[in-house]
Amino acid sequence: MDGITPQLLALQVFTGLALGAIYVLLAVGLSLIFGMLTVVNFAHGAFFMLGAYVGVFAAEQTGSFWAALVLAPLAVAAVGMVCERWLIRPLYGRGIDYPLLLTFGLAYIMVEGVRIGFGKSGLPFDTPELLQGSVSLGFADFPTYRLFVIAVVAALLLGLWLLIERTSFGLIVRAGARDPVIVRVLGIDVSRVWLLVFGMGTGIAALAGVLSAPLQGVSPEMGTSVLTVAFVVTVVGGMGSLMGAVVAGLLVGVVESLAVLFFPEAAKVSMFVLMAGVLLVRPQGLFGRAGLMA
Amino acid sequence: MTTTIKAAAPPIEIGTRHPARRALRAIAKHRIAATFVVLAVFPWLMPYQSLAINILIYGLYAVGFNLLFGYTGLLSFGHAAFLGVGAYTAGILIAQHGTAWWLAIPLAIVAGCVVALAMGLLAIRTRGIYFAMVTLALSQCVYFLIYQLPASGGENGLRGVNVSEVSLLGLKLDLLNPMQKYYFVFAFVMVAMAVLSRILASPFGGAIEAVRENEARARACGFDVERTKLLSFVLSAGFCALAGALNAIHLSSVPIETLHYATSGMVVMLCLLGGMGTYFGPFVGAALLLLIQDTASAWTEHWQLYVGIVFIFFVLFFPKGVWGTLLERLNHDR
Repeated sequence: MDGITPQLLALQVFTGLALGAIYVLLAVGLSLIFGMLTVVNFAHGAFFMLGAYVGVFAAEQTGSFWAALVLAPLAVAAVGMVCERWLIRPLYGRGIDYPLLLTFGLAYIMVEGVRIGFGKSGLPFDTPELLQGSVSLGFADFPTYRLFVIAVVAALLLGLWLLIERTSFGLIVRAGARDPVIVRVLGIDVSRVWLLVFGMGTGIAALAGVLSAPLQGVSPEMGTSVLTVAFVVTVVGGMGSLMGAVVAGLLVGVVESLAVLFFPEAAKVSMFVLMAGVLLVRPQGLFGRAGLMA
Repeated sequence: MTTTIKAAAPPIEIGTRHPARRALRAIAKHRIAATFVVLAVFPWLMPYQSLAINILIYGLYAVGFNLLFGYTGLLSFGHAAFLGVGAYTAGILIAQHGTAWWLAIPLAIVAGCVVALAMGLLAIRTRGIYFAMVTLALSQCVYFLIYQLPASGGENGLRGVNVSEVSLLGLKLDLLNPMQKYYFVFAFVMVAMAVLSRILASPFGGAIEAVRENEARARACGFDVERTKLLSFVLSAGFCALAGALNAIHLSSVPIETLHYATSGMVVMLCLLGGMGTYFGPFVGAALLLLIQDTASAWTEHWQLYVGIVFIFFVLFFPKGVWGTLLERLNHDR
């Protein structure tokens, strides 16, 4: 414990925030999809992985990280929408476990598909030149790319918040989450909104995939561990709550990263301890409403 | 309880004349005997005995899972933890402490139940859809804990779980002979199936189905829903831990993959393909999936793709699985 200076601590918290920002994206997508469609998307990790691979592919083809950052989420959102329209939609009204099981099978297929297309072993992904190096913030140097990740996530969340709280589309989304039947009675095509929301959720997961590619490279299995983290974040924050996803995502990121510093051998388990604690004190999650989704 | 049901049965006599239906009814009535007969001749029907043993063990694993998913209606994505804890407990006891197999196996079941109790107390606090997520997360936690346990062998898995010969009451079995090993596993599976049959026929068996069908109503009828779920979770884990312990003896080792998320997912597939909430479904599912895997992996390394497609096809069109669909067709087509 001697080598821990305030700088090191600040750096580690900062690393945790960048990691947490990616978790936030995953949890927000998961929460958005669940809040609207009451579908627990077990393929969320697979969409994240697909996003990273499409990002690698797009960056290779266009030679630009920025193009990949835009193209991958759009392409994956399109895949997500196809899946919602043709596979998940027939299962609405047949019990909450069926869409979950279907997305689980879908993840299997997507992972194997990527293995066929890109090979079993992982690929490296370089940080774009502009974002290499680090920025000094007075008392410590912070890697530029991680700052960039935090900035992108903050911008996206702001945009999402404006979309949901300030537009008529957002109004329909909020109303649909509360009572889809009434929204339908009012003459709004809810299934089209659901399609778009599923596309948004999977697109955001893909963005998280592209953003994390320079941090950890890409591999077909990268989605599995991330799915678990996304679930932990959702349970801690409360299902269906965007605020909960943001707070819990950052919290889990920081806890994990501080645990690496203080108890390296328990780092992997730290987030589960956090989850267990939250479950004992507040089973519905920090920001969840009691009784939502009995 | 059963007698009153029998007394009310005669009016539906029209359907029983159909031979297949009558056969099914006889099988359902003597389900332990039926299991015994089918599983006793099973290794002779398989291309090789090792596959038959795998099907038996994974069938038992799915039977345990089915008690929770099919009968209680709780979808867990963390059952690999119980298979793994059972396997590692039996494995470590046999390989590193020289414990006899007849002691190691019951201890493995106890260990699985204890872990399930801890996981269940947390997971059952959440409701509905959270359950799948929390069980998945907690099983990942078990994975990391066992991975770091010095005795587990970490990445390389546990080796040297050697039980080459068992003798009980003058009966000697040579476990290096696959056929004799099959019957060793078979004996445990039969006991487990008899216990399961007893559980399902008990008032508790009725209570878990009541919870599955309508939780609010079960609660209103005075059932302690949380305790029923927890007990079902723990019992279910006991079966899975037994499967794990048998697998450790079968393989003479415990690969770390036993605890992977994929192993949790696999049992969901087995159960759904076979038919959830049916007595024989899990074995049908295990046989189907392992045979697909065995044949497909001979000509493609991407068999997972086909398994995934078959699974999605079943979720969409045959959610009752092979055995469940068969039962439904025979019971409803007049």
